[in-house]
Amino acid sequence: MKRIITLVVNGEQREVAVEPDLTLLEVLREDLGLTGTKKACNQGECGACTVLLDGKPVSSCLVLAVRAHGKAVVTVEGLAENGRLHPLQEAFVTYGAVQCGFCTPGVLLVAKALLDTNPHPTAQEIEQAIAGNICRCTGYVKIIEAITAVAQNQNI
Amino acid sequence: MNENYSYIGKSLPRNDGLEKVTGRARYTGDLKFPNMLYGKILRSPHAHARIINIDTSEAEKLPGVKCIITAKDVPATKYGLSPARWDETIFCIDKVRYVGDKVGAVAAIDEETAYKALKLIKVDYEVLPAVFDPFEARKEDAPQIFEEYPGNVNTEIHLHFGDVDKAFKDAYYVRTDRLDGQRTYHAFIENHCSIAYWEGDKVTLYSSCQSVHYLQYYLSQVLDMKMGDIRVLKTYLGGGFGGKLDPTGNDFASIIMAKKTGRPVKMSYDQKETFYNGRGRHAQFMEFTTGVTKEGKILGVHGNIVMDGGAYTGLGVASAYYAGSLLTVLYDFDNYKFDCFRYVTNLPPNGAQRGHGQPQPRFAFESHLDHIAEDLGIDPIDIRVINARKPGTTTCNGYEVKSCMLKEANELARDISGWREKKDNLPAFSGIGVGNGGFVSGAGYSMYRNKLPHSTAMIKVMDDGTGAILYTGAVEIGQGSDTVLAQMAAEAMGFPYENIKVVAADTDLATHDFGAYASRQTLMSGWAVKRAGEKVKQQILETAADMMYDRPVTAEELDCREGIVFLKEEPGVTKTFAEVASAYFIKKGPLVGTGSYHPGKLGGAHKGAAVGTSPAYSSATQVAEVKVDEETGEIHVINTWDVHDSGYVINPDLLHGQVHGAFYMGIGESIWEEVLFNDKGELLNGNFGEYRLPTALDMPPVNSIILDSYEPNGPWGVKEVGEGATTPTMGCISNAIYDAIGVRVSSLPISYEKVWRALKEKKGKEGKPQK
Repeated sequence: MKRIITLVVNGEQREVAVEPDLTLLEVLREDLGLTGTKKACNQGECGACTVLLDGKPVSSCLVLAVRAHGKAVVTVEGLAENGRLHPLQEAFVTYGAVQCGFCTPGVLLVAKALLDTNPHPTAQEIEQAIAGNICRCTGYVKIIEAITAVAQNQNI
Repeated sequence: MNENYSYIGKSLPRNDGLEKVTGRARYTGDLKFPNMLYGKILRSPHAHARIINIDTSEAEKLPGVKCIITAKDVPATKYGLSPARWDETIFCIDKVRYVGDKVGAVAAIDEETAYKALKLIKVDYEVLPAVFDPFEARKEDAPQIFEEYPGNVNTEIHLHFGDVDKAFKDAYYVRTDRLDGQRTYHAFIENHCSIAYWEGDKVTLYSSCQSVHYLQYYLSQVLDMKMGDIRVLKTYLGGGFGGKLDPTGNDFASIIMAKKTGRPVKMSYDQKETFYNGRGRHAQFMEFTTGVTKEGKILGVHGNIVMDGGAYTGLGVASAYYAGSLLTVLYDFDNYKFDCFRYVTNLPPNGAQRGHGQPQPRFAFESHLDHIAEDLGIDPIDIRVINARKPGTTTCNGYEVKSCMLKEANELARDISGWREKKDNLPAFSGIGVGNGGFVSGAGYSMYRNKLPHSTAMIKVMDDGTGAILYTGAVEIGQGSDTVLAQMAAEAMGFPYENIKVVAADTDLATHDFGAYASRQTLMSGWAVKRAGEKVKQQILETAADMMYDRPVTAEELDCREGIVFLKEEPGVTKTFAEVASAYFIKKGPLVGTGSYHPGKLGGAHKGAAVGTSPAYSSATQVAEVKVDEETGEIHVINTWDVHDSGYVINPDLLHGQVHGAFYMGIGESIWEEVLFNDKGELLNGNFGEYRLPTALDMPPVNSIILDSYEPNGPWGVKEVGEGATTPTMGCISNAIYDAIGVRVSSLPISYEKVWRALKEKKGKEGKPQK
């Protein structure tokens, strides 16, 4: 039996009819067409499907859509505001933190959640924050540089 | 080196960065087509079994199931790399050869229904004895996996250059070491995905692949179709590292089921299936014997390697040759013997992973070399400097090495890492180690016999001259080839980089190229792009010659840079590229330049001489400092240094990114990563939770330094970085750990447990803890 749920996705109220066993990841990708959220391991290990749920990073492949009812979801598509890139997005391009790009949406959202709650993270805190996101291309070096640069500029 | 370039030698931001940070970049799995079906592969639950009967009747009755295919519905054509070892078919015909082997496929209205249908297919198997270890596989009474590989020998190599026996007789010191590697996996984050649809008798396949050309070729061979009727393309690709080169079950099955149903079919592997698909690093069991002079000069080397091939060959035959062939490139010696057996086993097939067959033998040899240095009382870096190849030399197995700065790389790595102060002066359980590596800049010969150029490119200038499109078959897999090639096009044309679009990796719309493997694109695709760009520029200059003045000038008097055509003698007299291009278009039609590249004949005449040939070889030195926890065996890599001889560097930031990523993969393989199976051949850790990929917390700092190097065979002097950078790491980490604990853990990964056991054993022998 489908249920109607309401989500506030990237600031916009969305109504979706979902089966109770559908994950938030599937709803975002299949029902709402927000394919920036990546499906990879589909078991909560790689972090590629990370979105913000009421401001907190979650693996959307492990969240049932019905549990997200009434909550605010931010996906990578919602990072830029009024056509202006989020400073993290700018920094990821400038600092070469992107290679294949498949982990990028998830890492960006984890980084946003970190800086929203802790604007001056130490290098260790940045490493800890992104430790749940696997990036096989970059060795994390430039990802950490990019997040550090944004934290130091403080214009978030 | 000419530093006076506009767009190369500069860390310009990636041209796909914006798409990727906004989530707009669409990967194959993000695509949908109207009326699309979803397919899944039926896999074997047994490691080795005869297929007695397949009953699909129950599955066919399931509502929503639109198509079920097994071996009887598809061509039985065998495929693979070298004709003698074509041993794989779309689906298993008589036998399954590993847990996860492909038996059939289902297409249904959604993935859930397809999964349900798989469970309803009844396959009767006669289970056969299986073998999971190459040393078991070579025993006389071992189960035979293929009729065509008696004794389970898939590839056997015996090469001998010079006279190794004499070299050992002449040597002051001869030493033998045995070191073992492990099976590892690429672990790209994007699982394989394919989508096929037909229009009449022509098919289009979107596939997450590293070479659209080879996939098109394989499909045409196996499906008996004209290449012209098959369009293969990829959109964005979420990492490859060698694991997206062989065709997958998705590629074949989606095409066949799309034909049968008349609807687009999308097939994605889940995480475990990508591990079943395999094609990762072979476990190699390596014995090296080396004879040296008193001063440490290498006189001769004998390498003896046994490889676990897994169930099929694919690219594995090349892995076997690469395992031995590239050993000669870094150090200069005249006498070399290489013996190798690659056995088939009932495990997922192994193939090409970053560095192909070379990283494990390189780990073994670099570890072995440190033992020799220690025995002779020579510093590990000194013995590498003594033996480092000189530029403009030829290896004993026939590779011409034009540029080589390995000596300089070692010396600089020594200086910036503080080697002299640290070596032998670090506290107990701290250590410093060195490793060298390098790789081909593109394979000298393609994967199947043909006379095609290795790379071609075409640049079309927009009608009004304000933009240009670079068409290339090169495949962007995350390494940055679209960016680097656009930089090269801009430089060659004298046209703004930001106004160049790239159309790549599409067999219909782009131009021919062999794709992303063997670290080839910067050099090979780069040559084609440079030549195409220069042709455009020449036509611009010839057209401008009539436009500059009231008097005509010659093209030779003109140059064009950054979109401005000017008189060399009077740089104030200019026309824009756009107005000249526009004039050309009005007069002659589309302004197009094409370029092509073939490396020509390379290498010797012995069997297997083609593997390892290349127009250019990179080299690199890595140094790592580690600290080992005496109580737990835990290893902390504290700091690392990489000095790279990569030729002229088009985009330094992208190069450093490759070094970081290569070091990352190398450290993972050194300490944590290993694909594990139980005694039935079932995967134990086919997921990212239990396959121990390093996280951000495990990654040490990497000090990446580029040498001022120039390769005569490369466009603007370039050579490779992507794969070579992963080859020194395992030896480097192994040597640093040895320096820290004074005992060699001789098998990869050098896990905390192995270190702890080694320390315990050492303590037992010595009676007291000491370094």
